[in-house]
Amino acid sequence: MSTPCSADRFVDALEHAGFDFFTGVPCSLVGSVIAELERRGTYFGETREDAALGVAAGAYLAGRLPVVVMQNSGLGVSLNALGSLHSLYELPVLLLVTWRGYHGQDAPEHLVMGEVLPRLLDLFGIPHRTPSAAELPQAALWAAATSRETRKPVAVLVAPGVLA
Amino acid sequence: MRITEALEVIAPHLGDAACIHSNGYMSRAAYGVRDTAGCFYMIGSMGLASSIGLGIALVQPRQRVVVFDGDGNVLMNMNTLARIAAAAPRNLVHLCFDNGAHASTGGQATISGTVHLDEVARAAGYRWSGRVDDAGALADVVPRVMAQDGPSFLLMKIALGPAGAPGPRIPHTPEQMTHRLRRALGAEA
Repeated sequence: MSTPCSADRFVDALEHAGFDFFTGVPCSLVGSVIAELERRGTYFGETREDAALGVAAGAYLAGRLPVVVMQNSGLGVSLNALGSLHSLYELPVLLLVTWRGYHGQDAPEHLVMGEVLPRLLDLFGIPHRTPSAAELPQAALWAAATSRETRKPVAVLVAPGVLA
Repeated sequence: MRITEALEVIAPHLGDAACIHSNGYMSRAAYGVRDTAGCFYMIGSMGLASSIGLGIALVQPRQRVVVFDGDGNVLMNMNTLARIAAAAPRNLVHLCFDNGAHASTGGQATISGTVHLDEVARAAGYRWSGRVDDAGALADVVPRVMAQDGPSFLLMKIALGPAGAPGPRIPHTPEQMTHRLRRALGAEA
């Protein structure tokens, strides 16, 4: 496995790509990213992933380009908002989704969602990438360009060990 | 007090507020009374109108934001009351039209008769929370609710009915509503 990407470098890449509103619900795999966003004073922690998506929708309507951070368990909570709000109203958002249950190696509660995660995003028509550590900054640029162009949600999946 | 009656009392006080309406009969009744570029009708994603309003209120703290919610919507994502109270946006007004039922799906009862949502909002920490039972009391309190620092939560007891939809279906497409609200908020040309 390559050297993990630092949270500082990844948040720089997200901001450089144009993302300027950050909300979500924590996962340990992106703990360092949330800590870095909080250090910069730009993170709005939410109570549930669909509520975070609602806040992100409002932020976009008010002129921001939002990111919603979540564990893949939270993607299940989010499906109705993604289908009947963001995709329907053409509201761009980057879903930064951690991949618990990656390759079946995790606690039992993560195995079902870990197995279906990419197919679930495909079903909902949400473009997604699973970058290596070295590819993470480039994935931020891809996400901004794709969500702006399609005016739809896009997802970057964060596998274990990718972020420091 | 019928829902359209309450909406007619409120409408003259909305000015250039961004108005986020919850799904179902709430949106249809409100559209029938008043429609401006600042009106956003959330036709799906039940329970999230208040979160959308919160997002706008956070990004544009000088923009008045009014959320038109129902008791079914508030009960579905009651966590949003806690999040709004904790964030304490001064520019947010949260209206709850409480008819004690899921009117859009046939009038099935909610639990708002026993769980008093204005008291939940107050306990969560809204800067102001109140309840009115008739149009006269609503007319008395609306100017203050719209002018004061929020977050404010105003619960209106609404009579269920008459049978049938209280307004037309929303004629605007979802993406039209996105663009017109973004233009009204200065987010796009």
